[in-house]
Amino acid sequence: MNITEILFWLLTAVALGGALLVVTSKNPVYSVLALIATFFALSGHYILLNAQFLAVVNLIVYAGAIMVLFLFVIMLMNLNTETEPQKNKWLKLAGTIAGGCFLLVLVAALRDADSKSTMALVGSGDTGLIQNLGKALFNEYVIPFEISSVLFLSAMVGAVVLGKK
Amino acid sequence: MIQLAIDLAFVLEKAILIGGIISVSLLVAMYSTWAERKVAGFMQDRLGPNRAGPFGLFQPLADGLKLFMKEEIIPNASNKFLFILGPGLAMMTAMMTSAVIPWGKQIEIFGRTVDLQIADINIGILYIFAVLSMGVYGIMIGGWASNNKFSLLAALRGASQMISYELAMGLSIIALLMLTGSLSLKTIVELQSASGGWWNIVYQPLGFLIFIVCAFAECNRTPFDLPEAENELNFGYHQEYSSMKLGFYLFAEYINMFMSSVLMATLYFGGYDIPFVNDASLIESMGMNMVAVLQGLSLFLKAAFFIFVFMWVRWTIPRFRYDQLMHLGWKVMIPLALINMLITAIVVLVRENGWPF
Repeated sequence: MNITEILFWLLTAVALGGALLVVTSKNPVYSVLALIATFFALSGHYILLNAQFLAVVNLIVYAGAIMVLFLFVIMLMNLNTETEPQKNKWLKLAGTIAGGCFLLVLVAALRDADSKSTMALVGSGDTGLIQNLGKALFNEYVIPFEISSVLFLSAMVGAVVLGKK
Repeated sequence: MIQLAIDLAFVLEKAILIGGIISVSLLVAMYSTWAERKVAGFMQDRLGPNRAGPFGLFQPLADGLKLFMKEEIIPNASNKFLFILGPGLAMMTAMMTSAVIPWGKQIEIFGRTVDLQIADINIGILYIFAVLSMGVYGIMIGGWASNNKFSLLAALRGASQMISYELAMGLSIIALLMLTGSLSLKTIVELQSASGGWWNIVYQPLGFLIFIVCAFAECNRTPFDLPEAENELNFGYHQEYSSMKLGFYLFAEYINMFMSSVLMATLYFGGYDIPFVNDASLIESMGMNMVAVLQGLSLFLKAAFFIFVFMWVRWTIPRFRYDQLMHLGWKVMIPLALINMLITAIVVLVRENGWPF
């Protein structure tokens, strides 16, 4: 085992443990914090794959902005175990079955995927570096990139219109 | 058997660097509290602290001792784990920014050339933004876990304020990045200190203005200190805190102030560059280590000036109302930053490709 492997297993443990805590913890604030820890572990994985830009943007956008909004809503609603409506037992069972089915579909889909046989390039690939990523985005994928920017622009205009009311 | 290929000298070097930078930041933060009271005294025609030691220089030590000795109270109805986590997070995120800031060029010790920067990652500025956005959690978690309406309101205010101003800050940085073409702070400083290179403030005066206003908002300093507006929210998000946990929150604010001052100096005022001096020829005449010391000193002087600006503004400008704050952030700062970005983009394009018409 070298350092990369140790880090990989450590991050994997944190990611899986965090993800489990998200669904099992009673207090929704703990769930959000566990999800943030999961995002951190995922960013660590990205760094191991030398995708620094993806790692840091994952932190800024998901852990930094979106989870703050989640936390906002949860804190304002003041959810806790006493006020949480008790769900039907059958509903829980149905949820478990649906989740299991989803897992099955995912595993079945990934089993025959082409990328299964290609090894991940640990610490050596340079596509994830910001310069190469920018070049790829603005050369090969410029049209999808610009279309998504139009989407963001329309969202921004919508927010301004709502704010002006 | 696990075999770890660790370069012991490298680890030692970085550990010493981290320890040094953290202790220097703590020291600066400590004396910022003293300087703040002195500046306040000067502005209000008073003397400021002058009892403990010469010029009141031991005042921060006395304050620290007082905070340590105070009784530690954790409210019964609070969430204990999160209540303790809050100040810890605030302090940690405040310290983490220092990792990517270049504090000087290089020094030579025992035949090793050591970069005076903990980590030169090629996403330096984005890293700082990631850390900044984590800073919200310290306030939010602390405010919520106190189980107090005022704290919660202050935490929400603080978080929404920080998120709002982060946008304008990011947009003002984008314009800077277009000029430098690099996210690494080391490269940005080197471009500014190269012979014939100007400091970025010359190219980006509007960007700097937006950046400094947003930095004030990010640090929750007056005129944007709505999260701890005493007349509306008692004491803000740290109302329930006492002893050193309160100290951590207060201290984190000063560390944040120091870090943003250093960042402003690094991004817009040449970083460790010594003004009016050619660094390369200075290294030849004085030796690398001496120049590194001078460079560090130059960075600290610039940072000290910005810390003074922080205090100057605090003691002269009254607090914004909350709707005014949001108005300034969303309807003034962001459009201004967008315009700045557009103009910069046009200028960069024209300079690279010539005037096409």
